[in-house]
Amino acid sequence: MSTGNMNLTLKVWRQKNNNTKGALVDYKLSGISPDMSFLEMFDVLNEDLINKGEEPVVFDHDCREGICGMCSMFINGRPHGPKDLVTTCQLHMRSFNDGDTIVVEPWRAAAFPVVKDLTVDRSAFDRVIAAGGFISVNTGNAQDANNLPIPKMQADAAFEAAACIGCGACVATCKNASAMLFVSAKISQLALLPQGQPERYRRVQSMVAQMDAEGFGNCTNTGACEAECPKGISLENIARMNRDFATSKFISEETV
Amino acid sequence: MSGFGNAFSSSIGKKFIMGITGLFLILFLIVHCFINALIFINDGGLTFNIGAHFMATNWLIRAGEVVLFIGLLVHIFQALRLTLQNQKARPVKYAVNDGKANSKWYSRSMGLLGTLLLIFLVVHLKDFWVVSRFTGIPTVDANGHEDLYAVMREKFQDPVRVAVYILAMFSLCYHLLHGFASAFQTLGWNHSKYNGIIKGLGVWYSIIISILFAAMPIAVYAGLIN
Repeated sequence: MSTGNMNLTLKVWRQKNNNTKGALVDYKLSGISPDMSFLEMFDVLNEDLINKGEEPVVFDHDCREGICGMCSMFINGRPHGPKDLVTTCQLHMRSFNDGDTIVVEPWRAAAFPVVKDLTVDRSAFDRVIAAGGFISVNTGNAQDANNLPIPKMQADAAFEAAACIGCGACVATCKNASAMLFVSAKISQLALLPQGQPERYRRVQSMVAQMDAEGFGNCTNTGACEAECPKGISLENIARMNRDFATSKFISEETV
Repeated sequence: MSGFGNAFSSSIGKKFIMGITGLFLILFLIVHCFINALIFINDGGLTFNIGAHFMATNWLIRAGEVVLFIGLLVHIFQALRLTLQNQKARPVKYAVNDGKANSKWYSRSMGLLGTLLLIFLVVHLKDFWVVSRFTGIPTVDANGHEDLYAVMREKFQDPVRVAVYILAMFSLCYHLLHGFASAFQTLGWNHSKYNGIIKGLGVWYSIIISILFAAMPIAVYAGLIN
Protein backbone atom coordinates (compact mmCIF):
# COMPACT_ATOMS: atom_id res chain seq x y z
CA MET A 1 0.00 0.00 0.00
CA SER A 2 1.40 3.36 -0.97
CA THR A 3 2.14 5.92 1.67
CA GLY A 4 1.20 9.52 1.30
CA ASN A 5 1.25 12.88 2.88
CA MET A 6 -2.28 13.42 4.18
CA ASN A 7 -2.75 14.25 7.84
CA LEU A 8 -6.25 13.68 9.18
CA THR A 9 -8.20 13.89 12.39
CA LEU A 10 -10.83 11.19 12.67
CA LYS A 11 -13.74 11.34 15.06
CA VAL A 12 -14.96 7.76 15.18
CA TRP A 13 -18.00 6.40 17.01
CA ARG A 14 -16.84 3.78 19.51
CA GLN A 15 -19.48 1.66 21.20
CA LYS A 16 -18.79 -1.64 22.95
CA ASN A 17 -22.21 -3.17 22.27
CA ASN A 18 -25.87 -2.26 22.03
CA ASN A 19 -26.30 -2.15 25.82
CA THR A 20 -23.63 0.46 26.43
CA LYS A 21 -23.51 4.07 25.41
CA GLY A 22 -21.10 5.10 22.68
CA ALA A 23 -19.07 8.23 22.09
CA LEU A 24 -16.97 9.88 19.41
CA VAL A 25 -13.24 9.27 19.92
CA ASP A 26 -10.51 11.37 18.27
CA TYR A 27 -7.68 9.73 16.31
CA LYS A 28 -4.80 11.47 14.53
CA LEU A 29 -3.61 9.84 11.32
CA SER A 30 -0.63 10.83 9.24
CA GLY A 31 0.99 9.58 6.05
CA ILE A 32 -2.33 8.71 4.43
CA SER A 33 -2.20 8.35 0.64
CA PRO A 34 -4.86 10.09 -1.42
CA ASP A 35 -5.09 6.84 -3.45
CA MET A 36 -6.27 4.81 -0.48
CA SER A 37 -9.92 3.91 -0.23
CA PHE A 38 -11.74 5.08 2.87
CA LEU A 39 -11.69 1.52 4.24
CA GLU A 40 -7.94 1.17 3.59
CA MET A 41 -7.49 4.31 5.64
CA PHE A 42 -9.41 2.53 8.42
CA ASP A 43 -7.13 -0.49 7.98
CA VAL A 44 -4.16 1.81 8.65
CA LEU A 45 -5.88 3.18 11.74
CA ASN A 46 -6.63 -0.34 12.99
CA GLU A 47 -2.99 -1.46 12.45
CA ASP A 48 -1.93 1.50 14.58
CA LEU A 49 -4.46 0.63 17.27
CA ILE A 50 -3.44 -3.04 17.32
CA ASN A 51 0.24 -2.11 17.54
CA LYS A 52 -0.58 0.14 20.48
CA GLY A 53 -2.50 -2.69 22.12
CA GLU A 54 -5.88 -0.98 21.73
CA GLU A 55 -9.15 -2.40 20.39
CA PRO A 56 -9.43 -1.94 16.61
CA VAL A 57 -12.49 -0.19 15.20
CA VAL A 58 -15.10 -2.73 14.07
CA PHE A 59 -16.70 -1.92 10.71
CA ASP A 60 -18.59 -3.90 8.08
CA HIS A 61 -16.95 -4.61 4.73
CA ASP A 62 -16.73 -7.49 2.31
CA CYS A 63 -16.17 -7.17 -1.44
CA ARG A 64 -14.65 -3.66 -1.42
CA GLU A 65 -15.84 -3.38 -5.01
CA GLY A 66 -19.06 -1.46 -4.38
CA ILE A 67 -21.44 -4.33 -5.09
CA CYS A 68 -22.00 -6.33 -1.90
CA GLY A 69 -23.71 -3.73 0.25
CA MET A 70 -21.79 -4.47 3.43
CA CYS A 71 -19.90 -1.22 4.03
CA SER A 72 -21.93 1.32 5.89
CA MET A 73 -20.30 4.41 7.33
CA PHE A 74 -22.00 7.75 7.95
CA ILE A 75 -19.19 10.12 6.97
CA ASN A 76 -19.37 13.84 7.76
CA GLY A 77 -23.14 13.68 7.93
CA ARG A 78 -23.71 11.62 4.79
CA PRO A 79 -24.00 7.88 4.20
CA HIS A 80 -21.03 6.59 2.16
CA GLY A 81 -19.46 10.05 2.37
CA PRO A 82 -19.46 13.11 0.14
CA LYS A 83 -19.51 11.46 -3.31
CA ASP A 84 -22.70 10.49 -5.13
CA LEU A 85 -23.31 6.95 -6.38
CA VAL A 86 -20.46 5.30 -4.52
CA THR A 87 -20.21 3.06 -1.49
CA THR A 88 -17.72 3.75 1.31
CA CYS A 89 -15.28 1.17 -0.08
CA GLN A 90 -15.22 3.01 -3.42
CA LEU A 91 -14.68 6.37 -1.75
CA HIS A 92 -11.07 7.48 -1.95
CA MET A 93 -9.05 9.75 0.29
CA ARG A 94 -8.52 12.15 -2.63
CA SER A 95 -12.12 13.24 -1.95
CA PHE A 96 -10.80 14.82 1.25
CA ASN A 97 -8.17 17.45 1.96
CA ASP A 98 -5.01 17.33 4.02
CA GLY A 99 -5.79 18.47 7.56
CA ASP A 100 -9.50 17.56 7.38
CA THR A 101 -11.48 16.40 10.37
CA ILE A 102 -13.72 13.49 9.40
CA VAL A 103 -16.61 12.37 11.59
CA VAL A 104 -17.56 8.71 11.13
CA GLU A 105 -20.73 7.32 12.69
CA PRO A 106 -22.71 4.10 12.27
CA TRP A 107 -26.14 4.00 10.55
CA ARG A 108 -28.55 5.27 13.18
CA ALA A 109 -32.01 3.73 13.34
CA ALA A 110 -34.02 1.87 15.95
CA ALA A 111 -34.36 -0.96 13.42
CA PHE A 112 -30.57 -1.12 12.96
CA PRO A 113 -29.16 -1.68 16.48
CA VAL A 114 -25.43 -1.13 16.87
CA VAL A 115 -23.49 -4.40 17.18
CA LYS A 116 -20.15 -2.73 17.87
CA ASP A 117 -18.54 0.57 16.86
CA LEU A 118 -19.55 1.20 13.23
CA THR A 119 -21.26 -2.15 12.65
CA VAL A 120 -25.04 -2.29 12.87
CA ASP A 121 -27.40 -5.25 12.63
CA ARG A 122 -29.29 -4.95 9.34
CA SER A 123 -31.15 -8.25 9.59
CA ALA A 124 -34.41 -6.25 9.65
CA PHE A 125 -33.88 -6.01 5.87
CA ASP A 126 -33.55 -9.80 5.64
CA ARG A 127 -36.83 -10.27 7.48
CA VAL A 128 -38.58 -7.81 5.14
CA ILE A 129 -37.30 -9.79 2.14
CA ALA A 130 -38.30 -13.08 3.77
CA ALA A 131 -41.83 -11.71 4.21
CA GLY A 132 -42.42 -11.64 0.46
CA GLY A 133 -39.46 -10.53 -1.62
CA PHE A 134 -39.39 -13.71 -3.68
CA ILE A 135 -41.37 -15.61 -6.33
CA SER A 136 -42.67 -19.12 -5.82
CA VAL A 137 -41.77 -21.44 -8.71
CA ASN A 138 -41.99 -25.14 -9.31
CA THR A 139 -38.68 -26.95 -9.40
CA GLY A 140 -37.37 -28.39 -12.63
CA ASN A 141 -35.74 -26.96 -15.67
CA ALA A 142 -36.11 -23.25 -16.22
CA GLN A 143 -38.10 -22.57 -19.38
CA ASP A 144 -36.52 -20.74 -22.27
CA ALA A 145 -36.17 -17.05 -21.43
CA ASN A 146 -37.75 -16.03 -24.72
CA ASN A 147 -41.03 -17.71 -23.72
CA LEU A 148 -41.77 -14.69 -21.58
CA PRO A 149 -41.64 -11.55 -23.67
CA ILE A 150 -40.90 -8.48 -21.52
CA PRO A 151 -40.87 -4.95 -22.94
CA LYS A 152 -37.42 -3.37 -22.86
CA MET A 153 -38.54 -0.40 -20.72
CA GLN A 154 -40.08 -2.76 -18.20
CA ALA A 155 -36.98 -4.97 -18.07
CA ASP A 156 -34.73 -1.93 -17.63
CA ALA A 157 -36.85 -0.51 -14.80
CA ALA A 158 -36.85 -3.91 -13.05
CA PHE A 159 -33.09 -4.13 -13.48
CA GLU A 160 -32.58 -0.65 -12.06
CA ALA A 161 -34.68 -1.55 -9.01
CA ALA A 162 -32.75 -4.81 -8.65
CA ALA A 163 -29.50 -2.84 -8.46
CA CYS A 164 -30.30 -2.19 -4.77
CA ILE A 165 -27.54 -3.78 -2.68
CA GLY A 166 -29.45 -3.41 0.60
CA CYS A 167 -26.74 -1.35 2.28
CA GLY A 168 -29.23 0.73 4.26
CA ALA A 169 -27.96 4.18 3.25
CA CYS A 170 -31.57 5.18 2.54
CA VAL A 171 -32.60 4.40 6.11
CA ALA A 172 -29.45 6.02 7.49
CA THR A 173 -29.95 9.33 5.70
CA CYS A 174 -33.75 9.55 5.99
CA LYS A 175 -34.74 12.03 8.69
CA ASN A 176 -37.40 9.50 9.71
CA ALA A 177 -35.22 6.38 9.36
CA SER A 178 -37.75 5.09 6.83
CA ALA A 179 -36.98 2.01 4.73
CA MET A 180 -39.40 2.87 1.94
CA LEU A 181 -36.75 3.10 -0.81
CA PHE A 182 -35.26 -0.30 0.01
CA VAL A 183 -38.62 -2.06 0.37
CA SER A 184 -40.03 -0.40 -2.76
CA ALA A 185 -36.99 -1.48 -4.80
CA LYS A 186 -37.39 -5.07 -3.62
CA ILE A 187 -41.10 -4.96 -4.46
CA SER A 188 -40.60 -3.22 -7.82
CA GLN A 189 -37.97 -5.60 -9.17
CA LEU A 190 -40.63 -8.32 -9.03
CA ALA A 191 -43.78 -6.25 -9.65
CA LEU A 192 -42.38 -5.10 -13.00
CA LEU A 193 -41.81 -8.63 -14.33
CA PRO A 194 -44.34 -11.29 -15.37
CA GLN A 195 -42.84 -13.79 -12.91
CA GLY A 196 -43.74 -11.46 -10.05
CA GLN A 197 -47.41 -11.05 -10.93
CA PRO A 198 -49.08 -14.03 -9.16
CA GLU A 199 -47.90 -12.85 -5.74
CA ARG A 200 -47.76 -9.13 -6.51
CA TYR A 201 -50.49 -7.95 -4.14
CA ARG A 202 -49.78 -10.46 -1.38
CA ARG A 203 -46.14 -9.41 -1.53
CA VAL A 204 -46.70 -5.69 -1.07
CA GLN A 205 -48.99 -6.26 1.91
CA SER A 206 -46.63 -8.71 3.63
CA MET A 207 -43.48 -6.72 3.04
CA VAL A 208 -45.01 -3.40 4.13
CA ALA A 209 -46.42 -5.08 7.26
CA GLN A 210 -42.95 -6.47 8.08
CA MET A 211 -41.34 -3.09 7.38
CA ASP A 212 -43.73 -1.48 9.88
CA ALA A 213 -43.15 -4.23 12.44
CA GLU A 214 -39.38 -3.66 12.29
CA GLY A 215 -39.86 -0.09 13.56
CA PHE A 216 -38.72 1.89 10.52
CA GLY A 217 -40.13 5.42 10.28
CA ASN A 218 -42.63 6.83 7.79
CA CYS A 219 -41.72 8.37 4.45
CA THR A 220 -42.08 12.16 4.10
CA ASN A 221 -40.84 12.34 0.49
CA THR A 222 -37.78 14.48 1.22
CA GLY A 223 -35.91 12.58 -1.49
CA ALA A 224 -32.75 12.24 0.64
CA CYS A 225 -32.73 8.46 0.09
CA GLU A 226 -32.69 8.77 -3.69
CA ALA A 227 -29.94 11.43 -3.50
CA GLU A 228 -27.72 9.28 -1.26
CA CYS A 229 -28.39 5.82 -2.72
CA PRO A 230 -25.08 4.43 -4.07
CA LYS A 231 -27.05 2.60 -6.76
CA GLY A 232 -29.31 5.50 -7.76
CA ILE A 233 -32.58 3.76 -6.87
CA SER A 234 -35.41 6.06 -7.91
CA LEU A 235 -38.31 7.48 -5.88
CA GLU A 236 -40.57 6.12 -8.64
CA ASN A 237 -40.26 2.78 -6.87
CA ILE A 238 -41.83 4.25 -3.73
CA ALA A 239 -44.75 5.61 -5.77
CA ARG A 240 -45.15 2.18 -7.41
CA MET A 241 -45.18 0.50 -4.01
CA ASN A 242 -47.79 3.00 -2.78
CA ARG A 243 -49.94 2.30 -5.86
CA ASP A 244 -49.60 -1.44 -5.42
CA PHE A 245 -50.40 -1.09 -1.72
CA ALA A 246 -53.55 0.91 -2.52
CA THR A 247 -54.53 -1.66 -5.17
CA SER A 248 -53.93 -4.52 -2.76
CA LYS A 249 -56.06 -2.92 -0.06
CA PHE A 250 -58.88 -1.33 -2.05
CA ILE A 251 -59.17 -3.32 -5.28
CA SER A 252 -57.66 -6.77 -4.79
CA GLU A 253 -59.95 -9.12 -2.86
CA GLU A 254 -57.02 -10.97 -1.36
CA THR A 255 -56.08 -9.69 2.08
CA VAL A 256 -52.98 -10.99 3.81
CA MET B 1 -58.02 -9.79 9.01
CA SER B 2 -61.07 -8.92 6.97
CA GLY B 3 -62.06 -6.25 4.52
CA PHE B 4 -59.69 -3.34 4.29
CA GLY B 5 -57.44 -4.66 7.05
CA ASN B 6 -54.73 -2.22 8.00
CA ALA B 7 -55.29 -0.09 4.89
CA PHE B 8 -55.14 3.15 6.86
CA SER B 9 -53.18 2.12 9.94
CA SER B 10 -50.05 0.95 8.12
CA SER B 11 -47.25 3.42 7.43
CA ILE B 12 -48.35 3.86 3.80
CA GLY B 13 -52.02 4.13 4.78
CA LYS B 14 -51.25 6.91 7.24
CA LYS B 15 -49.43 8.72 4.47
CA PHE B 16 -52.47 8.30 2.21
CA ILE B 17 -54.52 10.14 4.83
CA MET B 18 -51.94 12.94 4.98
CA GLY B 19 -51.93 13.22 1.19
CA ILE B 20 -55.71 13.12 0.75
CA THR B 21 -56.41 15.66 3.53
CA GLY B 22 -53.55 17.79 2.23
CA LEU B 23 -54.98 17.89 -1.29
CA PHE B 24 -58.40 18.66 0.19
CA LEU B 25 -56.94 21.62 2.11
CA ILE B 26 -55.18 22.74 -1.07
CA LEU B 27 -58.56 22.84 -2.85
CA PHE B 28 -60.06 24.76 0.06
CA LEU B 29 -57.31 27.38 -0.14
CA ILE B 30 -58.21 28.06 -3.78
CA VAL B 31 -61.82 28.83 -2.82
CA HIS B 32 -60.77 30.84 0.23
CA CYS B 33 -58.19 32.84 -1.70
CA PHE B 34 -60.38 33.74 -4.65
CA ILE B 35 -63.35 34.82 -2.55
CA ASN B 36 -61.05 36.99 -0.45
CA ALA B 37 -59.45 38.38 -3.59
CA LEU B 38 -62.83 40.04 -4.29
CA ILE B 39 -61.59 42.88 -2.07
CA PHE B 40 -59.30 43.88 -4.95
CA ILE B 41 -62.37 44.88 -6.98
CA ASN B 42 -62.04 47.94 -4.77
CA ASP B 43 -65.77 48.69 -4.49
CA GLY B 44 -65.75 49.33 -0.76
CA GLY B 45 -66.09 45.60 -0.12
CA LEU B 46 -69.62 45.27 -1.56
CA THR B 47 -68.75 42.27 -3.80
CA PHE B 48 -66.57 40.72 -1.10
CA ASN B 49 -69.44 40.99 1.39
CA ILE B 50 -71.79 39.25 -1.09
CA GLY B 51 -69.27 36.40 -1.24
CA ALA B 52 -68.87 36.34 2.54
CA HIS B 53 -72.65 36.40 3.01
CA PHE B 54 -73.05 33.46 0.63
CA MET B 55 -70.30 31.49 2.39
CA ALA B 56 -71.90 32.20 5.78
CA THR B 57 -75.48 31.32 4.86
CA ASN B 58 -75.42 28.61 2.17
CA TRP B 59 -76.19 25.27 3.86
CA LEU B 60 -73.91 23.30 1.54
CA ILE B 61 -70.99 25.58 2.41
CA ARG B 62 -71.78 25.33 6.11
CA ALA B 63 -71.82 21.53 5.88
CA GLY B 64 -68.55 21.77 3.93
CA GLU B 65 -67.14 23.82 6.78
CA VAL B 66 -67.63 20.87 9.12
CA VAL B 67 -65.87 18.57 6.66
CA LEU B 68 -63.08 21.15 6.37
CA PHE B 69 -62.50 21.22 10.12
CA ILE B 70 -62.51 17.43 10.25
CA GLY B 71 -60.01 17.32 7.38
CA LEU B 72 -57.81 19.89 9.08
CA LEU B 73 -57.88 18.10 12.44
CA VAL B 74 -57.15 14.73 10.83
CA HIS B 75 -54.22 16.30 8.94
CA ILE B 76 -52.85 17.78 12.19
CA PHE B 77 -53.31 14.72 14.39
CA GLN B 78 -52.01 12.32 11.76
CA ALA B 79 -48.95 14.54 11.32
CA LEU B 80 -48.39 14.52 15.07
CA ARG B 81 -48.68 10.73 15.22
CA LEU B 82 -46.31 10.27 12.29
CA THR B 83 -43.79 12.71 13.75
CA LEU B 84 -43.75 10.93 17.11
CA GLN B 85 -43.30 7.56 15.37
CA ASN B 86 -40.55 8.95 13.19
CA GLN B 87 -38.68 10.27 16.21
CA LYS B 88 -38.91 6.85 17.83
CA ALA B 89 -37.43 5.31 14.67
CA ARG B 90 -34.12 7.10 15.41
CA PRO B 91 -33.58 7.21 19.17
CA VAL B 92 -29.86 8.14 18.94
CA LYS B 93 -29.30 11.20 16.75
CA TYR B 94 -26.31 11.81 14.50
CA ALA B 95 -23.53 14.05 15.83
CA VAL B 96 -23.11 15.40 12.29
CA ASN B 97 -25.94 15.23 9.75
CA ASP B 98 -25.59 17.12 6.49
CA GLY B 99 -29.26 17.29 5.50
CA LYS B 100 -28.81 20.12 3.04
CA ALA B 101 -26.58 17.88 0.89
CA ASN B 102 -29.49 15.70 -0.15
CA SER B 103 -32.81 17.44 0.45
CA LYS B 104 -34.56 20.81 0.64
CA TRP B 105 -34.77 22.40 4.10
CA TYR B 106 -38.53 22.86 3.82
CA SER B 107 -39.08 19.19 2.97
CA ARG B 108 -37.38 18.36 6.28
CA SER B 109 -39.25 21.10 8.19
CA MET B 110 -42.89 20.31 7.39
CA GLY B 111 -43.66 19.80 11.07
CA LEU B 112 -42.17 23.15 12.06
CA LEU B 113 -43.86 24.98 9.16
CA GLY B 114 -47.14 23.24 9.98
CA THR B 115 -46.87 24.22 13.64
CA LEU B 116 -46.29 27.87 12.69
CA LEU B 117 -49.35 27.65 10.44
CA LEU B 118 -51.39 26.16 13.27
CA ILE B 119 -50.43 29.02 15.58
CA PHE B 120 -51.32 31.47 12.83
CA LEU B 121 -54.61 29.67 12.28
CA VAL B 122 -55.61 30.19 15.92
CA VAL B 123 -54.98 33.94 15.53
CA HIS B 124 -56.70 34.01 12.14
CA LEU B 125 -59.81 32.12 13.26
CA LYS B 126 -60.13 34.38 16.28
CA ASP B 127 -59.79 37.46 14.04
CA PHE B 128 -62.44 36.55 11.48
CA TRP B 129 -64.17 33.21 11.89
CA VAL B 130 -65.21 33.71 15.53
CA VAL B 131 -66.42 37.23 14.69
CA SER B 132 -68.48 36.23 11.67
CA ARG B 133 -69.93 33.03 13.15
CA PHE B 134 -70.33 33.78 16.84
CA THR B 135 -69.73 37.23 18.27
CA GLY B 136 -71.34 38.94 15.29
CA ILE B 137 -70.26 41.52 12.71
CA PRO B 138 -71.20 44.96 14.11
CA THR B 139 -72.15 46.85 10.91
CA VAL B 140 -73.91 46.24 7.57
CA ASP B 141 -72.93 47.57 4.16
CA ALA B 142 -75.02 49.43 1.53
CA ASN B 143 -76.53 46.13 0.35
CA GLY B 144 -77.60 45.23 3.86
CA HIS B 145 -75.01 42.44 4.13
CA GLU B 146 -72.87 41.96 7.26
CA ASP B 147 -69.83 44.17 6.66
CA LEU B 148 -67.00 41.65 7.05
CA TYR B 149 -64.92 43.97 4.89
CA ALA B 150 -65.07 46.64 7.59
CA VAL B 151 -63.90 44.10 10.17
CA MET B 152 -60.99 43.20 7.89
CA ARG B 153 -60.01 46.84 7.39
CA GLU B 154 -60.08 47.46 11.10
CA LYS B 155 -57.97 44.35 11.92
CA PHE B 156 -55.33 45.15 9.35
CA GLN B 157 -54.63 48.61 10.78
CA ASP B 158 -52.44 46.82 13.34
CA PRO B 159 -48.88 46.52 11.95
CA VAL B 160 -48.05 43.60 14.26
CA ARG B 161 -51.01 41.63 12.93
CA VAL B 162 -50.05 42.46 9.34
CA ALA B 163 -46.50 41.25 10.02
CA VAL B 164 -47.78 38.01 11.57
CA TYR B 165 -49.99 37.38 8.53
CA ILE B 166 -47.14 37.99 6.08
CA LEU B 167 -44.75 35.70 7.98
CA ALA B 168 -47.44 33.03 8.12
CA MET B 169 -47.75 33.20 4.33
CA PHE B 170 -44.02 32.42 4.03
CA SER B 171 -44.66 29.31 6.12
CA LEU B 172 -47.64 28.47 3.94
CA CYS B 173 -45.63 28.89 0.75
CA TYR B 174 -42.84 26.54 1.85
CA HIS B 175 -45.29 24.07 3.38
CA LEU B 176 -47.10 23.90 0.04
CA LEU B 177 -43.90 23.82 -2.02
CA HIS B 178 -43.17 20.45 -0.51
CA GLY B 179 -46.71 19.33 0.26
CA PHE B 180 -48.26 19.74 -3.18
CA ALA B 181 -45.95 17.43 -5.14
CA SER B 182 -45.40 15.20 -2.10
CA ALA B 183 -49.13 14.38 -1.91
CA PHE B 184 -49.07 13.11 -5.49
CA GLN B 185 -45.96 10.99 -4.84
CA THR B 186 -47.58 9.51 -1.71
CA LEU B 187 -50.73 8.62 -3.63
CA GLY B 188 -48.55 6.89 -6.20
CA TRP B 189 -48.83 9.46 -8.98
CA ASN B 190 -45.23 9.47 -10.15
CA HIS B 191 -45.22 9.25 -13.94
CA SER B 192 -42.66 10.62 -16.34
CA LYS B 193 -45.38 12.24 -18.46
CA TYR B 194 -47.01 14.07 -15.53
CA ASN B 195 -44.15 14.74 -13.09
CA GLY B 196 -43.18 18.01 -14.74
CA ILE B 197 -46.77 19.27 -14.73
CA ILE B 198 -47.29 18.31 -11.08
CA LYS B 199 -44.02 19.88 -9.92
CA GLY B 200 -44.59 23.06 -11.98
CA LEU B 201 -48.20 23.38 -10.89
CA GLY B 202 -47.13 22.90 -7.27
CA VAL B 203 -44.56 25.68 -7.43
CA TRP B 204 -46.89 28.13 -9.18
CA TYR B 205 -49.80 27.27 -6.91
CA SER B 206 -47.72 27.75 -3.73
CA ILE B 207 -46.30 31.07 -4.82
CA ILE B 208 -49.51 32.57 -6.26
CA ILE B 209 -51.70 31.55 -3.32
CA SER B 210 -49.20 32.87 -0.76
CA ILE B 211 -48.64 36.16 -2.58
CA LEU B 212 -52.38 36.76 -3.04
CA PHE B 213 -53.07 36.08 0.63
CA ALA B 214 -50.15 38.24 1.78
CA ALA B 215 -51.24 41.05 -0.56
CA MET B 216 -54.54 41.42 1.33
CA PRO B 217 -53.25 42.72 4.68
CA ILE B 218 -50.55 44.70 2.86
CA ALA B 219 -53.09 46.40 0.57
CA VAL B 220 -55.40 47.26 3.46
CA TYR B 221 -52.61 48.50 5.72
CA ALA B 222 -50.99 50.55 2.97
CA GLY B 223 -54.37 52.05 2.04
CA LEU B 224 -54.19 50.74 -1.53
CA ILE B 225 -57.87 49.76 -1.38
CA ASN B 226 -60.67 51.57 0.38
